[in-house]
Amino acid sequence: MQFSSRTKKFTTNSQTELYSHPLLFYVQPPLENISLVEFETFAVERLKLLKTIENLGVSYVKLSDQYIKKLEAESKALNFLYRPEADDRKPLSGPTEQEKRRKDHISHFILRLAYCQTEDLRRWFIQQEVDLFRYRFNDLYPKQKLEFLHRNNLQYDTISVEEKKALQDKLVSSSYAFSGITVEDQDFYKVPFQDALDLVRLRKVYLKAGYVYIPHQEIVTIVLNDFRTRLSKALALTARSLPAVHSDERLQPLLNHLSHAYVGQDYSNQKNVGKISLEQIDSLSGKSFPLCMRQIHQSLRENHHLRHGGRMQYGLFLKGIGLSLEQALQFWRSEFIKGKVDADKFDKAYAYSIRHMFGKEGKRTDYTPYSCMKVILSNAPSQGDYHGCPFRHSDPELLKQKLQVYKVSPSGIIQILELIKGMHYQLACQKYFELTHNVEEASFSLNHPNQYFIESQKVLAGGRDIKRETDAPQKPQENSTKAPSAAPEAAANTQDVAEMTEELDSFFQDA
Amino acid sequence: MPASDYDSACLPDILPLYYRRLFPFSQYYRWLNYGGVQKNYFQNREFSFTLKDDIYVRYQSFTTQNELEKEMQKMNPYKIDIGAIYSHRPNQHNTVKSGTFQALEKELVFDIDMTDYDDVRSCCSAAEICPKCWTLMTIAIRVLDRALRDDFGFQHLLWVYSGRRGVHCWVCDEAARKLSVAARSAVAEYLSLVKGGDETMKKVVLSDPIHPFIRESLVVVERYFPLYALQDQDILGRKESVDKHLHVRKQLQQDFQNEKKPENRWNLLKDQAKRKQATSKKGQHFEKEIMLQYCYPRLDVNVSKGVNHLLKSPFSVHPKTGRISVPIDLKELETFDPFAVPTISMICEELDRPRTVEEEDKSEETIDKENEKDAAESRKIRDYKRTSLAKYVKCFDQFLDVMARSWKGELLRKSDLQKDF
Repeated sequence: MQFSSRTKKFTTNSQTELYSHPLLFYVQPPLENISLVEFETFAVERLKLLKTIENLGVSYVKLSDQYIKKLEAESKALNFLYRPEADDRKPLSGPTEQEKRRKDHISHFILRLAYCQTEDLRRWFIQQEVDLFRYRFNDLYPKQKLEFLHRNNLQYDTISVEEKKALQDKLVSSSYAFSGITVEDQDFYKVPFQDALDLVRLRKVYLKAGYVYIPHQEIVTIVLNDFRTRLSKALALTARSLPAVHSDERLQPLLNHLSHAYVGQDYSNQKNVGKISLEQIDSLSGKSFPLCMRQIHQSLRENHHLRHGGRMQYGLFLKGIGLSLEQALQFWRSEFIKGKVDADKFDKAYAYSIRHMFGKEGKRTDYTPYSCMKVILSNAPSQGDYHGCPFRHSDPELLKQKLQVYKVSPSGIIQILELIKGMHYQLACQKYFELTHNVEEASFSLNHPNQYFIESQKVLAGGRDIKRETDAPQKPQENSTKAPSAAPEAAANTQDVAEMTEELDSFFQDA
Repeated sequence: MPASDYDSACLPDILPLYYRRLFPFSQYYRWLNYGGVQKNYFQNREFSFTLKDDIYVRYQSFTTQNELEKEMQKMNPYKIDIGAIYSHRPNQHNTVKSGTFQALEKELVFDIDMTDYDDVRSCCSAAEICPKCWTLMTIAIRVLDRALRDDFGFQHLLWVYSGRRGVHCWVCDEAARKLSVAARSAVAEYLSLVKGGDETMKKVVLSDPIHPFIRESLVVVERYFPLYALQDQDILGRKESVDKHLHVRKQLQQDFQNEKKPENRWNLLKDQAKRKQATSKKGQHFEKEIMLQYCYPRLDVNVSKGVNHLLKSPFSVHPKTGRISVPIDLKELETFDPFAVPTISMICEELDRPRTVEEEDKSEETIDKENEKDAAESRKIRDYKRTSLAKYVKCFDQFLDVMARSWKGELLRKSDLQKDF
């Protein structure tokens, strides 16, 4: 991508060809010149869209009616595609379909630059882009879906009518979406299972000898996998060409700011180390710990042991609330010794992993405490585990009993159970916060156990503090000091960037 | 031979003997070299050793079988783990630019551990096992072996007894070794039916339609359920399990007063379920869910997910029990007895047994045939054959023979490709 100053150029012929289908696999990068203003605007708006997708993905089942409605509204507001028109020559009010597709194309590639640098950024970006793609593909007309497949060389073999008949019962019983009629009417494709992992994982498809049998209508999952793999490879390649891009002074501040924006507070700051004493933990667990950590702590006290998943989730949380490495070692050691582990064994087997958590071993990564999203979505607990999110992973009956023991009012419990039924786990936890702290409405939007702790301590310290403590992403202050020496044009650009980054900040604080 | 003959304190003395005369190095190398089809496959494989006093060393790697033997005989590891094949030799990983040293391939593995069933077995808990609950492992092997072969198309599966309370499965097909993390986790999830921790009462939830995989698994479970669950575990007789898992209505509890035989109680329960199903959609698959909750294999997804995950090696010794991690012959699965698996002390003792007349004659013959070979070398080859380890090494050999046919094909293909310009 080449960037020069403010001229726009259009290569109409190849563009109309490229944008003649509403959906892109983003294989070819844009080959035109765009202005810095467009560069900034496109990137920010797409980021807002991806952020929305992230939030919706936690609160609603993907592709449920509510999810689709809300995402449509947001796409419309941001002037991205929201309704692929079969015939896009009709001029619409506002940007044309063509212009929206161009924006989609360009903004995707800009964000690649910002999000290719670390494993975490890549993972986040890929996840949201895949979800966006899923939503859009789902929205296409059948004819458009076929067209998309052919354009992108996804050729899988269909099975013969005889084979289909022989497998009919198995096909019908492998998914609620299939009836005898569906099977007869549609073509079934034989796809290697490695290309259809989502379907395999959820057992939504018939699997035999390493091949899944997919009806045409389900081909979307395959497409998604393909999309994900391509994007992953592309990001790795993009990362290599990053130094060249970063050397452009106009782009570096913006790209840096974009990539910091999504992360927000990760509660790994060392400001409050040593402010908590070990004696306080028991009482704190009842007063200020979110339910997940309270539960883990209790089981640790009762069993004098915790398995790996629980040690990670709880250990990192404790680090986040301010336990130092020495305190942590003492804490875990004294508890495990009461159980079946002797001091020697602890030092050999468990101490290493605690030091590892604090970044003192191995590749020395200073691990950050898990966010709610991570706790809810990854590493579900199994037999003998006590970690996870109780609102997500516990039996509603048992959860109800536990809340009763913790003296939550009956009406409060009902509200919480309702939220859980709607899969709003973080809201349920927030409600738990409100009920246990006697607060009408929490002044924050819960997304992290350590955030729960901080907010709880604030409330208990007296006075609801409206000013929220957020670690503001780095403002590009170093770059604005370069401004005096640069040309007036460059100075004006930095001003734009600074304004826009402020706008980004406030957007993400409200989220 | 009673297991009480084994004492972990004797390990420092008998491990050297085990590694010098009994460990099947040539078969082991034959396995991990995979026919030499891929360059540096063996050289880039990570091993980890647990040495005396719990010293743990990772990133061990070896260039030849000979080097592997020498090192193991020098270090006498208490435990051996096998890891992934990396992009570079693991013992040189510190010299590699950070970020470029990566785990590339590894067998797809499964670890079934008896402690994961503690909430549904009444005979034992934690590290204990007994013939009654061992059936759970038999069921697990049957269900998973079928699924991995029929559903996923894998062919080269090595089932190994872990030495104490579980079994491992090594899926050695080339396609399996090349699977990504996402693919491994998808396979493990496909195979998982029992979900939830201590806080979950109902760990198996089935809904219509019943997937063919679940149907096939139920066929296996149903074969063992009456003997294992109704009789041996007595789930319908013991008050705790009846109350905890079976949500048995008062009416049924009364009926149970009059009917003590487990099979009949089970029939009563099924009848009640059928009646409920006729009226409401809930509880559609009540009996199936119970059978699965009590019997269906419970695997640890995390073990199977990671390409770089280290798993106990076959023929490794279990320090607590002394038992050797031996391959399990599926043809004799029903009679497999974990308590009959040889311990290291047992086989070392067997080595010292005076040779019988027959053995003497046989060894005379073979020494004549193998005159060129080093006498010590050939004696070593035959040593394990004199012990109870022999039949397990034979089982391993048979597994390797089958796999070797596929390597041959691969090598031919590759050499053909090279000849074509």
